[in-house]
Amino acid sequence: MKLDAKIPAGPLEKKWDSYKFDLKLVNPNNRRKFDILVVGSGLAGASAAASLGELGFNVKVFTLHDSPRRAHSIAAQGGINAAKNYPNDGDSIWRLFHDTVKGGDYRAREANVYRLAQISNQIIDHCAAIGVPFGRDYSGLLANRSFGGAQVSRTFYTRGQTGQQLLLGAYSAMMRQVAAGTVSVLPRREMVDVVLKNGVARGITVRNLLTGELESHTGHAVLLCTGGYANVFYLSTNAASCNVSAAWAAYKRGAGFANPCFTQIHPTCIPRSGEHQSKLTLMSESLRNDGRIWVPKAKGDKRPANDIPEAERDYFLERRYPAFGNLVPRDIASRAAKTVVDTGFGAGPTGQSVYLDFRDSIKRKGADKIKDEYGNLFDMYYQITDENGYKAPMRIYPAPHYTMGGLWVDYNLMTTIPGLFAMGEANFSDHGANRLGASALMQGLADGFFIAPSTVSGYLAAGKFEAASTADREFADSSKEVQERINRLLTVKGKKTPSELHRQLGNVMWNDVGMGRNETTLKKALKKIPEIREEFWKNVTVSGADKDFNQPLEKAMKIADFMEFSELFVRDALERKESCGGHFREESCTPEGEAKRDDANFSHTSVWEYQGAEKAAVLHKEPLTFEHIKMAERSYK
Amino acid sequence: MDTSKHFSVIVRVWRQAGRKEPGKMVSYKVQDVSPDMSFLEMLDILNDTLLKKGDSPITFESDCREGICGNCGLVVNGDVHGPDEHSTVCQLHMRRFKNGDVITVEPWRVKTFPVLKDLAVDRTALDRLITAGGFISTNTGAGPDANAIPVEKDKAEEAMDAAACIGCGACVISCPNGAAMLFTGAKISQLALLPQGGPERARRALGMVEAMDKEGFGNCSNEYECEAVCPKDVKVANIARMNREFLLANLLSKR
Repeated sequence: MKLDAKIPAGPLEKKWDSYKFDLKLVNPNNRRKFDILVVGSGLAGASAAASLGELGFNVKVFTLHDSPRRAHSIAAQGGINAAKNYPNDGDSIWRLFHDTVKGGDYRAREANVYRLAQISNQIIDHCAAIGVPFGRDYSGLLANRSFGGAQVSRTFYTRGQTGQQLLLGAYSAMMRQVAAGTVSVLPRREMVDVVLKNGVARGITVRNLLTGELESHTGHAVLLCTGGYANVFYLSTNAASCNVSAAWAAYKRGAGFANPCFTQIHPTCIPRSGEHQSKLTLMSESLRNDGRIWVPKAKGDKRPANDIPEAERDYFLERRYPAFGNLVPRDIASRAAKTVVDTGFGAGPTGQSVYLDFRDSIKRKGADKIKDEYGNLFDMYYQITDENGYKAPMRIYPAPHYTMGGLWVDYNLMTTIPGLFAMGEANFSDHGANRLGASALMQGLADGFFIAPSTVSGYLAAGKFEAASTADREFADSSKEVQERINRLLTVKGKKTPSELHRQLGNVMWNDVGMGRNETTLKKALKKIPEIREEFWKNVTVSGADKDFNQPLEKAMKIADFMEFSELFVRDALERKESCGGHFREESCTPEGEAKRDDANFSHTSVWEYQGAEKAAVLHKEPLTFEHIKMAERSYK
Repeated sequence: MDTSKHFSVIVRVWRQAGRKEPGKMVSYKVQDVSPDMSFLEMLDILNDTLLKKGDSPITFESDCREGICGNCGLVVNGDVHGPDEHSTVCQLHMRRFKNGDVITVEPWRVKTFPVLKDLAVDRTALDRLITAGGFISTNTGAGPDANAIPVEKDKAEEAMDAAACIGCGACVISCPNGAAMLFTGAKISQLALLPQGGPERARRALGMVEAMDKEGFGNCSNEYECEAVCPKDVKVANIARMNREFLLANLLSKR
């Protein structure tokens, strides 16, 4: 596997513009002759389909949902960053670039991140133009808020539903192209394989979730916009259908998988309440702007929160990080909460949570103002816990939320398989080892609206394409392999449900490979995972027929992939013997317990190459160099 | 874990093997229900029990389980999305029920959303309504600076109120006429309230209303049931605005 990131030469500020100029264009009359397959209809997929459709390419979009508008981007709450500097508080493209590289703990490429910061402003312009109802001031101009560890206010928002509004904006732009005839949407299709012809991605195999039929589709380029894999932990803030399967299929066909262990654990989630729990619910971290996080100073203090006097409360984030206080980045806030809980200071009846308290801000700003800003989150909290967050502090605990790792891509967002692109959360590119709040929406839309039209066009214009047809042997082989796997699942007829086995895997991932990891726990996980996988293939039960709307089968297929992928995740975590961002190796920390990077040995992206089911994956390294930003210890004190 | 508050319920569920198959209500007992469980988690447990017995689990849809994706939708004891006001059924918790309750669970029933299997229905008609004009035709990168066009704060807020629609289809189900006017009115309103949507107002209103008729959705007769069940509290004022937009569009239409 050769890793060529294809970073353009020249000064950082000019790289993207000059590169776009160098990319070849497809003659407008020829565009409709190119078929582009977009898998996934979230922010990245919908925006890529819209922008490529606008150019006149023939685009097919596949979504496993009944409608493209259901993609999990819809659940993002807080906002989207851009370097507009409308508030005049010193923001700039350079500062957004700098904050993103630093926030990612220096494990992302400078050139990619700079491009992202540049494009951020175009995204806001475009989204306002297509009718996204952004929050505004009385001037009628766009409002901003400070968010997720930034010291400038650069976050644009639509109340607590920014992901929803941006997704619906991208979706409407895509449906406009459906009306124009350039895009067709195929709902209820799950991608189960990428089909290569002579080493080039030329199509996909999908399972029609209503009929169970396997379908072949050919294309000149395939764009995987299939999201992240936090559901490998079983409990996460992801939607139930979020999975690793499409990326994993690509990996097995030769696409490099980068930094699989880089996971974001989000600090402000509602704690779990019992075994039955199917998912964890996140509350926007914008709550940290006004809520103060604390635990009792005394171990095991079971008094109701309001009975604990001020002097007996430990505002541990404010204490440890006086400069940033409750607004430290997500990885740091999450780990600090875990530390107080692990050492016995946890709050609430289970001791598995910390308080998020609005008492002081209600006093300062008034309950109405707090309700105005966060009302939907307080309602959500009440609905789930039956507790009133205005009257007593909320209880929160960190949960897996986002995965920075993903398919390795070059500057074109193309994987190591020619013609196979990965965009949005599915790729690894821009967030390094930790993503800043309000940056996922920015990246998804940057990839789809603004990068795909240039780089995918450039690929199509430069390539010579041999004929490909669904009658080709490669498509038949792919369907046959997938069918065999499905048959195997249906014939096990064991005693455990897919969910039970998924929960078993998730427990190992959370306990041994979660917020803190060390060599011992990782090696333990490497022993347990193959055992659970073996049990899965011997003891899973999937009822019903293959050629039918079969939800247990859908679930089992996803979990089967998590059972394999989790092992790579752990190997990656074991290999990276440093702490960086969301990856906290307990052996690698400062005397104060903060994460300690090892730049001399780990300033690289780890890229894994599949070697077949029987052999261990091979690690390749893409070195990271920093010419414009001085690497330093991330300090938020 | 405290299991002293656990209880059991009987769920009567609509079972239908496929689009063209006959359906019927089937009762199941679900034990060991925790009041902190969500309603859908209770169905998960029932499904795991059925799966272990070799029976076919109940097909129902949900995804985000935080009330925003619009994928879930059930009629619980006759209530669209269950008894809680302005909420999706994924946010309903078992603490609203008590030991021995018999809970009837039915799918969305309207001819425009045919049942696919058990409790899952086909709502692609709503996507086709959006395709008929629920967008602004600005190409990527063509718009001006976002602050070049100020939008009155109140109007922007009103547009957001309408835009909050999650596309679940509860409005259609609750309507005695099976109208999709709250859904369509919300989109038309959102884009009519924003100056960016101005140039296409007439075209949009004509296109979307025509598509509603073509899909077989009914008409509004001011029952306000849609507003009552809407998880996002989208207001019927949006229907009035849609009617105004449609009327104006017809008056000025060159068609």
